[in-house]
Amino acid sequence: MKFKGITSTVIAISFGVLVLAGYIFGYNADGSLSLLGQFQLIILNIAVILAGFAVLVGIFNLLLVHTKKISQKQKGAGYSIVLIVTLVITFLLGLLAHYVPIAAALFNGAFQYIQLPIETSLMALLVVTLTYASIRLLRRRLNVLSVIFLVTAWVILVGTAPWPFLGDVPFFSDIVRPIIAQIPAAAGARGILIGVALGTLTTGLRILFGSDRPYGGKNG
Amino acid sequence: MTNFVLGLVGFGIIFLSGVLMLGLAALRRKSSPAFREIPAITRLRQAVGRVVEDGTRLHVSLGRGALATPQSASALAGLTLLRHLAELTSAGDKPPIATSGEAALAILSQDTLQMGSQASAQGAYDPTAGRLTGLTPFSYAAGAIPTIRDENISTNILIGNFGVEAALLADAAERANTFTLGSSDNLTAQAVLFASAQEALIGEELFAAGAYVNARPIHYASLTAQDILRWLIIGVILVGAVLKLAGIL
Repeated sequence: MKFKGITSTVIAISFGVLVLAGYIFGYNADGSLSLLGQFQLIILNIAVILAGFAVLVGIFNLLLVHTKKISQKQKGAGYSIVLIVTLVITFLLGLLAHYVPIAAALFNGAFQYIQLPIETSLMALLVVTLTYASIRLLRRRLNVLSVIFLVTAWVILVGTAPWPFLGDVPFFSDIVRPIIAQIPAAAGARGILIGVALGTLTTGLRILFGSDRPYGGKNG
Repeated sequence: MTNFVLGLVGFGIIFLSGVLMLGLAALRRKSSPAFREIPAITRLRQAVGRVVEDGTRLHVSLGRGALATPQSASALAGLTLLRHLAELTSAGDKPPIATSGEAALAILSQDTLQMGSQASAQGAYDPTAGRLTGLTPFSYAAGAIPTIRDENISTNILIGNFGVEAALLADAAERANTFTLGSSDNLTAQAVLFASAQEALIGEELFAAGAYVNARPIHYASLTAQDILRWLIIGVILVGAVLKLAGIL
């Protein structure tokens, strides 16, 4: 077990350093791809292939979770049956799609006429969810930040939405909204993004140092 | 600037960060780290304590950050937090559940939970505790909602790369009357979670969460290095603005 941890750590750190070096020294001074750059491409291509296999493992895990739900007669087991049946049907249609034209049509139809409308409906549901969440926000967390958040959201909404018979709202649409969106909102967003970038950098370095090991083994 | 020069600049920033982190970690090895208080993390600690006491479950949703993309960092930060929380709740009756919307991330979450289960008294590992719930944003959310609703969850942590679908997860958690902490590297999701989650971590606080739950010298060093680099960037921006105003740039 200990050997496994050490091996995975050594492999992860070595390939992490090589990929990082590929990003930094991936190009020669004349703009051509360097040896490190080529090596990085190969490693990333292997990662993409492994990610494809990971999807299969993930789907097997999904089947396992829902089979367990059905066998233990847990709450919502009926939905699990529907999920497994549709998963099997879609999987078979996907396999046959290259050889049988009707299977390809059914496969595309499943996405176009079932999955897409359902996901769009969920997106529409978000309008209600977010409106309700905004109302709850003041009840749950009544502070200056929450008030600023809601007032800004309201002002931007008033300045952006096309109002019936009115169109743009004078003052809000042409003065307040652009000022808020282009100065404090853009500055804040860039500040947050710089913070996220710095966090990303230090998280990556902690993993390269072997201090955080999300791939197994004890954290160092 | 050519790619080569940009590469050298990148190397300089990474080298400086690495030296800062290692140096600060060495300096802080013997002293206990002190952090500024983040109320959301304080409430998270209390919620995790309740999970152990009342025999309920912890749910960590890791988002959809693919490992070969820049969004992987938030997913890895989520895995670090999951690992610490799995160890913290190992005294409880039920192991945590991790849901994700990316297959490789789901496999890593299973591995993380397995490592965490070794710290528990029972030592039992449930392979269905780390789950892939969907591969598109809304199918991921739709798949994770039954977990929040039906599995005796009392604390939900949404940490990783999300989009607007995070609102559906936070809403489901609210309906189930559970504690929710939300955090994402995505600006839209941060705004959505600020409004819909009980507690939200903003910006780089996401990457600090693991350090706050189980602080070690390297974590403290990485947070201090972030602060130093932030001040450096502020300095560069201010100098750049002054030079621009003066007409030099």
